[in-house]
Amino acid sequence: MSWETVMGLEVHLQLATQSKIFSGSATTFGAAPNEQADAVDLGMPGMLPVLNEEAVRYAVKFGLGIGARIGERSVFDRKNYFYPDLPKGYQVSQFFAPIVCEGVFEVPLKDGTLFPIRITRAHLEEDAGKSVHDAFSRETGIDLNRAGTPLLEIVTEPDFRSAEQAVAYLKALHSLVTYLGISDGNMAEGSMRCDINISLREKGTDALGIRTEIKNVNSFRFVERAIHSEYERQADILESGGSITQETRLYDAEQNVTRSMRSKEVANDYRYFPEPDLLPIVIDAEYIEAVRATLPELPGAKRARFIADYRLNDYDAALLVPNHALADYFESVVTAGGAAKPAANWILGDLTAALNRNETDITDSPISAAQLAGLIVRIEDGTLSSKLAKQVFDGLWSGKGDADQIIEARGLKQVSDSGALESMVDAVIAENPDQVAQYLAADEAKKKKLSGFFVGQIMKASKGQANPQMVNDLLLKKLNDQS
Amino acid sequence: MSVSSQDVEKVALLARLAISESDLPEVTERFGRVLGLVDELNTIDTETVVPMSNPHDMHQRLRPDAVTRQNDRENLMASAPEQDQGYFLVPKVID
Repeated sequence: MSWETVMGLEVHLQLATQSKIFSGSATTFGAAPNEQADAVDLGMPGMLPVLNEEAVRYAVKFGLGIGARIGERSVFDRKNYFYPDLPKGYQVSQFFAPIVCEGVFEVPLKDGTLFPIRITRAHLEEDAGKSVHDAFSRETGIDLNRAGTPLLEIVTEPDFRSAEQAVAYLKALHSLVTYLGISDGNMAEGSMRCDINISLREKGTDALGIRTEIKNVNSFRFVERAIHSEYERQADILESGGSITQETRLYDAEQNVTRSMRSKEVANDYRYFPEPDLLPIVIDAEYIEAVRATLPELPGAKRARFIADYRLNDYDAALLVPNHALADYFESVVTAGGAAKPAANWILGDLTAALNRNETDITDSPISAAQLAGLIVRIEDGTLSSKLAKQVFDGLWSGKGDADQIIEARGLKQVSDSGALESMVDAVIAENPDQVAQYLAADEAKKKKLSGFFVGQIMKASKGQANPQMVNDLLLKKLNDQS
Repeated sequence: MSVSSQDVEKVALLARLAISESDLPEVTERFGRVLGLVDELNTIDTETVVPMSNPHDMHQRLRPDAVTRQNDRENLMASAPEQDQGYFLVPKVID
């Protein structure tokens, strides 16, 4: 039987505020246990929440970034459940009236087309603390540093049909929120966690199957693998005539399987009700317009502009744009005089490779945008051959000055003077009479191969500085003159 | 609205309330009376009324995003029955 996967995603995005959503505790990652939790975060009796204005602004920014409707009056609710890392016995969230309402997010796919994903809602909530199960033999340790960290939970409609689409969405979302500056998007530190609602149905049918929810998948690669693994599991059950149990599952990356979370066997019944300690958030048109005025150019618009203005292809644009710093670097290179296409090639090729090798980032690139532009200018004007350009690039990387200084210091200037090249070609022809004879006797296909020998000799004689195109032209002319 | 003793037991479990077997009939009866009142409220047409999420006719004031709390772990954990290496300790939770 042939199955179609139907998925909706819930992303918990950690907002990049300095302090928590309802308290003045810091949100810095990696502090010693419980050093960033105050009486509010600990749920001490009588403590009252005070809402962080930046968390509200970030949520509105996100809503505007995907063209969603902003809830003019949104309300916090209590989501009630018991777990040791949730000290109050409820999580403050938004259930009935979220701050961000329906919107559409256009996700670029690999082939350059846009794939619209309907966003159901995005709401503000507080994160829970962290339970540490393996550090103690008979107890569980509770660290409440993360409790009260502001989250934006972004919920989609069941619009995904493949793991590739899901990953493309997450990557585009990651790019959007880092452009907006509302999250650091650091997945390894849990700034973006994904729940996958997944069900299967027979291809060609409309009714949705019974779904499972895979919780807390925290890397793009794991999302893809968790989906494939859960697809296999559900397809096996359905094909052997069984039925799927609606439940929450966890992805085990080591075994590449999903497992049922037994502790959540009792069906979730959160008994939401309005949080009496917080008043409704009222957002007026004036506020929305003020936030809108602070929006930067977003990835979708930038991609379109790079393609239109710089004549980049979809592929280059898709690689440059998602990383804001990389896109800025590219534009700086072009502004400093580097031609756009070679700039894209150098950045995505040699520069990215060197940055990866050295485990560093474009923001810490030892080659400035102006220096890379200087190199590209010297290739375009014929001063450097592409081979010598690599040497100059290495010089730039190791801080030997700018392109012109390196060319000068190492004598790397490409020889394009036809007089000088001609005498080099003449000398090589004169020194190799046997090869010349062989060349002249050969057929066309073979000639091409044999001419490589002469080009090699000339390049060697010129220490790689001869303009290869000119050498080739001169050589063929001179060899043919011999006959 | 009629409510069964199973409903009451489920709600009690969700709220982590212990209700003894002998109290169950009375609690169920009283629970049912409260829900009866809700049923009565439900007969009123509220189609055009905006739901009231808070009795105060005000909206939320916001605070600037600034860290105003410094580490006070020692004081805050002073009354924790068990702790180790900065963690609150609770009976082992098995997922």
